[in-house]
Amino acid sequence: MRHLLSIADLSAAQAIQILDTAEELSRVSDGPMKKLPTLRGRTIVNLFAEDSTRTRISFEAAAKRLSADVINFSAKGSSVSKGESLKDTAQTLQAMGADAVIIRHSASGAAQRLADSQWMTGSVINAGDGTHEHPSQALLDAFTIRRNLAHGGSDLTGIHVAIVGDILHSRVARSNVLLLTKLGAQVTLVAPPTLLPTGVESWPVSVAYNFDDVIDKVDVVMMLRIQLERMSELFFPNAREYSHYFGLNRDRLKAMKPSAIVMHPGPMNRGLEITADSADSARSVILQQVTNGVTVRMAILYLLLAGSQEL
Amino acid sequence: MERAITRISHEILERNSGSDSITLLGIPTRGAHLAARIASKIEAIEGRSPQCGTLDITLHRDDLRMRPPRALMPTTIPSLGVENRNVILVDDVLFSGRTIRAALDALGEIGRPASVQLAVLVDRGHRQLPIRADYVGKNLPTSLTQIIKVHFTELDGVDEVTLEEGLA
Repeated sequence: MRHLLSIADLSAAQAIQILDTAEELSRVSDGPMKKLPTLRGRTIVNLFAEDSTRTRISFEAAAKRLSADVINFSAKGSSVSKGESLKDTAQTLQAMGADAVIIRHSASGAAQRLADSQWMTGSVINAGDGTHEHPSQALLDAFTIRRNLAHGGSDLTGIHVAIVGDILHSRVARSNVLLLTKLGAQVTLVAPPTLLPTGVESWPVSVAYNFDDVIDKVDVVMMLRIQLERMSELFFPNAREYSHYFGLNRDRLKAMKPSAIVMHPGPMNRGLEITADSADSARSVILQQVTNGVTVRMAILYLLLAGSQEL
Repeated sequence: MERAITRISHEILERNSGSDSITLLGIPTRGAHLAARIASKIEAIEGRSPQCGTLDITLHRDDLRMRPPRALMPTTIPSLGVENRNVILVDDVLFSGRTIRAALDALGEIGRPASVQLAVLVDRGHRQLPIRADYVGKNLPTSLTQIIKVHFTELDGVDEVTLEEGLA
């Protein structure tokens, strides 16, 4: 494995290897000394052409805990805002000796382009490309589900996950559908028809239009953010109607199975897709997701960068 | 092999005046099994089981860049930790000494032991670092091309140490 571009490229065994590695690394994160010398002398560039809090900081924390040098690069305040192309940016980073580039870009396929080109020789890690994929998020979600519900199993067989909300614009949903089904989980998408992508019938999932039909049957409720910035047209009549039919509120929280958990990739629109008391309830593992994000990203960096690239 | 483990166990107890102050840490995979063997032997002698855990050193290796990525193994530190304990690192074969150097680094991240000792089943020579073992099952002079394999019943169905001629 040299790049991490999409979950589609990953085999179930590779995904489990990443999760197992993260499990071992989490013991380090829990210990008194959080820093490991493993990636000393490696340079990792965070190339973020789109806004992000969690993912960028999470990758930065992961790289620093493995002693790599991190250079942060965001489109705002760089030559990208002067119109520099991805190619010139990549070649500049290569000339500066970057061993890996973590890229977030608003264009689907940007990470793939970077990896396929001869612009740079380092590893490419996709941290979200347009509405295509966000593999590290799916891996940390799978890790969080496995820790909470798999009872020591290595995959997610028998676990039923509902992914609720804006499936159409969500790269998190795409990566999660691919990964969770690859690991044996059953996935149900819950959304108004306007927020489902065309061709969803061919995905390995079932679809429900009524949230209340599935709320008491699933082990995991994964809420997605309503992505107002990607919405150029109206997909639902108004925000109140959306929260009434597809939001997670106190009544739906009560209807859930006793062992079921609530997830959200963040950032949350409190009051829109999830009420504040659901987000802060004892079922919510939303902050665990953030913590696990760092360990899973450490595992990704370790597996991509620690070994020799020649072999 | 059984006799060597018995002797090492007695030597450990003699040097540390009993099992109260010691913490055995095996280096996975086979060092961890050897540590468990020594621990049960000490329990048979003393009537109490000593502190015993495992220490994975993969992330501290200095040859990471020369090989494909390795799977990480569990690190389990026993309840009393390593602070002010007499830690005994346990590995199956002592060769270049680089594994032990990495183990010392890994140990330093966890705490500050009162002392660190080293127990190995086989010392095959060819050290590349100034490291020696305190307890040795057998000194086995080898050439660099030979390959030593240690097998344990728990893992391989048989207790044995084999010496093979490698390709020169």
